[in-house]
Amino acid sequence: MTTQLTPAVTPPARRTAARRLTSRVGRVRELGIVVALALVVLPTAIVNPRFVQPQSLRDLLLNASIVALLAVGQTLVVITRNVDLSVGSVLGLSAFLTAQHFADNPGTPLLLGIGFGVAVGLACGFLNGLLVALGNVPSLVVTLGTLYVFRGIDYALAQGEQINAANLPDALLDLGSSRVLGVPVLVLVAVVVIVVAGVYLRSYRSGRELYAIGSNPEAATLAGIPVAKRTLTTFVLSGLIAGLAGALWVARYGTVDAAAGTGLELQVVAAVVVGGVAIFGGSGTVTGAALGALLLGTITSCLVVLQIPAFWQQAIAGALLLSAITVDRLLALRLAKALRTSEGTSHA
Amino acid sequence: MNTRLVLALVMSGAVALTACGGTTKDSAGDQTGGATNAAKGDPSAALKEGLKITFLPKQVNNPYFTVAQKGSEQAGTAIKAEVKATGPSDAAASSQVTYINTAAQQKQDALVISANDANAVAPALKTARSQGLKVVTFDSDAAPDARDVFVNQARSNDIAAVQVKLMAEAIGASGEIAILSATPNATNQNAWIEVMKTELAKPEYAGMKLVETAYGNDDDQTSFQKTQGLLQAHPNLKGIISPTTVGVAAAARYLSSSEYKGKVKVTGLGTPNQMRKFVQDGTAGSFALWDPSKLGQLATYAAAALASGQITGAEGEKFKAGELGEYTVGAKGEVVLGPPTVFNKDNIDQFDF
Repeated sequence: MTTQLTPAVTPPARRTAARRLTSRVGRVRELGIVVALALVVLPTAIVNPRFVQPQSLRDLLLNASIVALLAVGQTLVVITRNVDLSVGSVLGLSAFLTAQHFADNPGTPLLLGIGFGVAVGLACGFLNGLLVALGNVPSLVVTLGTLYVFRGIDYALAQGEQINAANLPDALLDLGSSRVLGVPVLVLVAVVVIVVAGVYLRSYRSGRELYAIGSNPEAATLAGIPVAKRTLTTFVLSGLIAGLAGALWVARYGTVDAAAGTGLELQVVAAVVVGGVAIFGGSGTVTGAALGALLLGTITSCLVVLQIPAFWQQAIAGALLLSAITVDRLLALRLAKALRTSEGTSHA
Repeated sequence: MNTRLVLALVMSGAVALTACGGTTKDSAGDQTGGATNAAKGDPSAALKEGLKITFLPKQVNNPYFTVAQKGSEQAGTAIKAEVKATGPSDAAASSQVTYINTAAQQKQDALVISANDANAVAPALKTARSQGLKVVTFDSDAAPDARDVFVNQARSNDIAAVQVKLMAEAIGASGEIAILSATPNATNQNAWIEVMKTELAKPEYAGMKLVETAYGNDDDQTSFQKTQGLLQAHPNLKGIISPTTVGVAAAARYLSSSEYKGKVKVTGLGTPNQMRKFVQDGTAGSFALWDPSKLGQLATYAAAALASGQITGAEGEKFKAGELGEYTVGAKGEVVLGPPTVFNKDNIDQFDF
């Protein structure tokens, strides 16, 4: 499945074993999140069976879908050993401009209006990418700056105004609540994006190169990978997805002001980390990140359903996050050890 | 506005005119004047021109405060005062402190503030007042000894009572209800919730039971999740009262797009513009609010009256608030705007804010 990366070289048997081990552990990692999900959902369902009714399950998926989308974009960036902290602000800017566009031009076709939001996100992502890839400024600093810049532009454009559901076309609001075969449309959109990004990362040369860049940027440069170009692409994609998420945010919540999505970036980074994407790059999958988003959203919802006092909910959610990361770290250490043993002979 | 100024001058009388004449830009003169009047209010004192007033909302870019700010600026224009709006972008407890200090350093005449936290801002407000700044709180009060006057949108009792009454009408005064509030430490929401509880203890509401109070942190996503949680945790829930504009819109949007639409009623405090859609589609029958623009206006007139020495914040003092009419300072320096307005499908289209 990864033949494109080393098409000419026949990998030695030991390497193949190592790779098989890595991918198996990767799969185990995703399985781990599924198990964690079950551990959260089942007890809650036993206490309150309504938690697993169709409406509730749809809500769990819907709540996670926007964060999951952002987590997919974030995964692309994090894999290359970068981070995009501006996604919450990009979402906010895109959401407000999309809503304003629909409110000012009531006749706008649905897809055109959403495309407008996507374009806003793309422009923001392009700016991030240029500064990181060509300016050689650490992405943490760049996107921390643009986090405030984009939000500031949002505030300046909004002037404290709010776009309300009554000003938005019904087609857009229906998109936020309609279902196909019982599955909410927003969830389907998220799934499509996850699948496309997943296939790209797994089976395309440029997708594989993102892992190489994250594993060892210097080696990637020496190997002839266009590091700057690939980095730029990941930020553009992250911005584009955040723009799409902004348009969907409008469809879901119906009320938008300049504060939409404030602080969302931390949830996204948390989802990515919980989803098993290494924060220092080089490994992880979009499926894992999306499952991470689902897990975090589910934890929040089940704490509410279990009637945990409001004052404790944040602390408990944080503790669960820490335990998830601890499990991830333990698994990573075990994997490293196993790899060292299996590769030991070839390097010794 | 010239007519209003003339009116003010005529009312203030010739003596006050000579005493305070020509104080337009001389801030040093202003402050001495203020200091001498500090002991007790002089209702015949002229309203000073060129007062510098800082308008400090809980957070900028909150639509509710934007409307209040417009009212404040309108009042500022009417009395020839310079109203400057500033504020934090988040509603955290201590985020207003630096803005209060800045207002004091800039030698503003008055500060009109909606406190994010009653106690967190108190020390800064006290320091500012000791430097001659007059402090008017509106919407959400600070500790009473940290401000001169509190302009209350409506009596806590009235606000809480009207929401319970609307809910009782919506669900036939029987069944389980829940409250979806803002942050757990929001001053006014907590005060209203306390009154709602006493209100619900009355015999006419005996059939209604408050089962839970959830906190949506005035955030769409959290409010959505908390609404879902309430519905799942309480299968017999009949209604949700949300005494916050963000929460009520989020709860209404969620209900309108879920299978609970029509089965669970929502009411609370919301603006007509954000609730219009949900009143039309039947998710919300009626809800209440005061006019935030008038609240901003009244707070600014109160600030100007304080800075001009017309009032000091003592009970029984009266001041004119332009087109809003005359107001009297009540106990503990409180001025009340008036009873809340109830909006429903019959009158909602008459309002645009």
